[in-house]
Amino acid sequence: MKEFIEHLYNELEFLEGLPFIIPFIIGSFILAFIIINFIAVFAGVCTYIERKVAARIQARVGPYMVGPHGILQWLADALKLLFKEDTVPEKADKLLFKLAPFIVFAGSFACWVALPLAPAFSPARLNIGILYIIAFGSSVILGILMAGWASSSKWALFGAMRSAAQIVSYEVPTGLTILAMLLITGTLDMHNTIAQINLDGTISGGQSQGLPFPLNYFSTNADNFSAGMFSWYIFRYPPFTFIAFIIIYICALAETNRVPFDIPEAESELVSGYHTEYSGMRFSFFFLSEYANMFVFSAIITTLFLGGWLPPFNITGSLLAPACGIILYMLVKGKTTDPANRFIAFCTGAGIGIFLGVLSGDKNYWFADYLGIQSLRFIEGLFWFFTKSFGLVILMMWLRWTIPRYRVDQLMELCWKKLTPLAFINLFCIGILEWLYK
Amino acid sequence: MGLTFKEIVEKVKTQFPDSIVSTQEEVIQPWFETKPEILNKVCRFLKDDIELDFDFCESISGVDDTKNLWVVYHLTSLRKKHLIILKTKTERENSQLPTVMDIWKTADWQEREIYDLYGIKFDGHHDLRRILLPEDWQGHPLRKDYKFPEDYDGIPLR
Amino acid sequence: MPGIKTQEILVNMGPQHPSTHGVLRLVIKTDGELVTEVTPIVGYLHRCAEKIGENVTYDQWIPYTDRMDYIAAMGNNLGISLAVEKLLGMEAPPRAQVIRVLVCELNRVASHLIAFGTFGLDVGAFTPFLYAWREREMILNLFEMLCGARMTFNYIRIGGISFDIDQKFIDKTKEFIEWFEPRIKEYNDLLTYNRIFVERTAKIGIISPERAISYGLTGPNLRASGVNFDVRKDFPYCGYEKYQFNIPLGRDVPEIGAVTGDCWNRYYVRIEEMIESIKIIKQTLENIPAGEYYDAPKKIKPKAGEVYTRIENARGIVGFYIISDGSEKPVRAKVRAPSFINLSILPEIGKNVLVADLIAILGSIDIVLGEIDR
Repeated sequence: MKEFIEHLYNELEFLEGLPFIIPFIIGSFILAFIIINFIAVFAGVCTYIERKVAARIQARVGPYMVGPHGILQWLADALKLLFKEDTVPEKADKLLFKLAPFIVFAGSFACWVALPLAPAFSPARLNIGILYIIAFGSSVILGILMAGWASSSKWALFGAMRSAAQIVSYEVPTGLTILAMLLITGTLDMHNTIAQINLDGTISGGQSQGLPFPLNYFSTNADNFSAGMFSWYIFRYPPFTFIAFIIIYICALAETNRVPFDIPEAESELVSGYHTEYSGMRFSFFFLSEYANMFVFSAIITTLFLGGWLPPFNITGSLLAPACGIILYMLVKGKTTDPANRFIAFCTGAGIGIFLGVLSGDKNYWFADYLGIQSLRFIEGLFWFFTKSFGLVILMMWLRWTIPRYRVDQLMELCWKKLTPLAFINLFCIGILEWLYK
Repeated sequence: MGLTFKEIVEKVKTQFPDSIVSTQEEVIQPWFETKPEILNKVCRFLKDDIELDFDFCESISGVDDTKNLWVVYHLTSLRKKHLIILKTKTERENSQLPTVMDIWKTADWQEREIYDLYGIKFDGHHDLRRILLPEDWQGHPLRKDYKFPEDYDGIPLR
Repeated sequence: MPGIKTQEILVNMGPQHPSTHGVLRLVIKTDGELVTEVTPIVGYLHRCAEKIGENVTYDQWIPYTDRMDYIAAMGNNLGISLAVEKLLGMEAPPRAQVIRVLVCELNRVASHLIAFGTFGLDVGAFTPFLYAWREREMILNLFEMLCGARMTFNYIRIGGISFDIDQKFIDKTKEFIEWFEPRIKEYNDLLTYNRIFVERTAKIGIISPERAISYGLTGPNLRASGVNFDVRKDFPYCGYEKYQFNIPLGRDVPEIGAVTGDCWNRYYVRIEEMIESIKIIKQTLENIPAGEYYDAPKKIKPKAGEVYTRIENARGIVGFYIISDGSEKPVRAKVRAPSFINLSILPEIGKNVLVADLIAILGSIDIVLGEIDR
């Protein structure tokens, strides 16, 4: 972002007399303002989607009255929260109590700065991006502990303690899995992580050259094979990278306090956990940060495993997928009334389309390139990045409304006795493979 | 099927000859009355005897007939499928009865309820507190001579 | 770690708490997450319904019994009606008997659906609750069709029932059964055999048969401990002996690690009981005898005497102990409330478990506070 402001500084004449630092600070503030609003809106929309997903799963309608199909419900909710009385318990530690939601929010908010949202675009490009996100992501726990302690409520304290134990524990398998992926990517810069993937299956700048086992079989034996999504890191060393993906996804659920690991705010046990005593705007900060955090974790997984802003299919595949999907949907439509079956038919069709695209050997991936408009790449990249991350977020919602909650000891057992050893073994295996195929 | 009322009373009589104050057979559901002093022993016998086997204390109720306070035990045998109604009597003032908590655990709360609503004290009960009413409530509402209070802690009730 | 002493804290769970199923208050002593002692404090809804019963006539008391176990109120209506009928020395007409069984079993299904749904909620699964609600809504619609009320029916009266049923009701009930039967599998897929759910409930809060009997547990809670006792089978009333149905019992299920008398079994017995209730409903629908549905004396004035009747309601044995002195009002009207007696085991099995387990145990006992406090 600094470059962009520098560029403006040089271009705009009326800034000439000022030292650079002033427009830089102002620019940063403007950017921060944009991001914070974006997160607020994004989280709001997330709550709407969550409610709609939940309603769909639970055979309900969900929000319906505010705006068409209740699409403005989140605005109404936000307004309600804004106007609610801001209560502070009498015996609370006032300063800590008031500060806690901002620390929690700042923790998840700061993470957004380093996310590679589109080709050559992230709010701030850091060469230690992933380390930065892990560090700031963990600072959320500080705010949660503060909230729990300052509320002077036993339920809040319970929730905060559980949360601290949970998040700190799950940092371990998360860290180990990210470490394993860093062995492959060879860089901490989240931009380079994606930028070095070539869609023909090689990684430039990184250590690995060519597709490893067993995908190299296709790429070397068939000239008309296009790697597309198979060049993503998740397909690098098949079983191990899959396992890594699953481990980190489970950890993401745990670190964002989502079902089945929503133990810190377990409604039926702890009323509301660490934010029991909060109301109004302060409560909404916790709320926002939960959704912001969900997206941050999904974005990390997208970057490390799912190729970030890279398009998954070549152009042939992208065009064939919806076409085949609609054809199959139409075929099935007359025969079944169950929407689930229709959806399955559509997905099958789309899958066939993608497969045909892979076989076609089309080496064009970006519509922007095809049309010759380079700036379109930005929008296309943004679209894919958000689609993938959002897919993971919706999966989180789906899980939340389907399964029950773990117990504290079971959660810890899962972390220390299952995920951590598995992550270690995984790290070891990926290390060996990387050494072999380097 | 299990034993009839007569057989059960006969067995109790042979075990405790002077325990039975009276029996009522010419009613819908026959019952017998026992002396409060040996209530505990009778209950123990009813539960432990292999043929009687009253392992299930279904209900313990307090009754106020304006002269005396009664406690009625409805006992059932889950294995033998027979039942018996056992009554015992105590005076209104300083009403006291032995607990049967050590025989059937369910008596714990049921006796607390009777204590709460009738004011009968159960000797040997480990935790005889009010259960349904607030701890500082005055009087025992199911007694026939109970006067509904005007207020509770300054809150008017009428 | 040995040698390190931690401080116990005293936590007040309720009366306003999401999972105390009403206004139950639990005072729990915890050592970290471990509950070392739990004391239930009840009475927040106390209205002294028994005192009210002594001051109103027999049929005036029926609406009050609705408000005890408001989730399965039909059973309470039936209990008091049977007791007074016995005092009067009469019996309801055959048509009324069959319809009574029909509505009681429908109500049992509705009640167990709530138990199923809220138990899911207690262990953190939200969706089954709404599925249960959807089906329960249909049953409540049926009841609404029957008597205009959805929860507090006042439907079963002394000497019969208040309204006759018609063909439309029978058709709708059949429709409901057709819809409901496949849903059981859905519940099992969604919750019963879910791995996390099983881990949360199996081997938790085990009640041995001896202990269950000693604490006077009844209903699904008793049967989940493997004790085969159901008033409908052992002391039949309303012609239950004519119907074919099984009594589901708790058992060891080694495949998933559940043992007799644990939370999972208490939950699963209810699911199975719903299937059995549907069986009974089907049989009642097959032959509803024609004739009178209500036949009671103009003035209900039983002779002096006393009677204790019990029926098997959704939560266990509801007993009514009525003493009459020959007037229009009873001298004593006592209710044996199953929830009240079932809850008394909580201090015993709620010891030395985790906070989350305590919630699961409380949910598996399935209490209704209206009945506990009366």
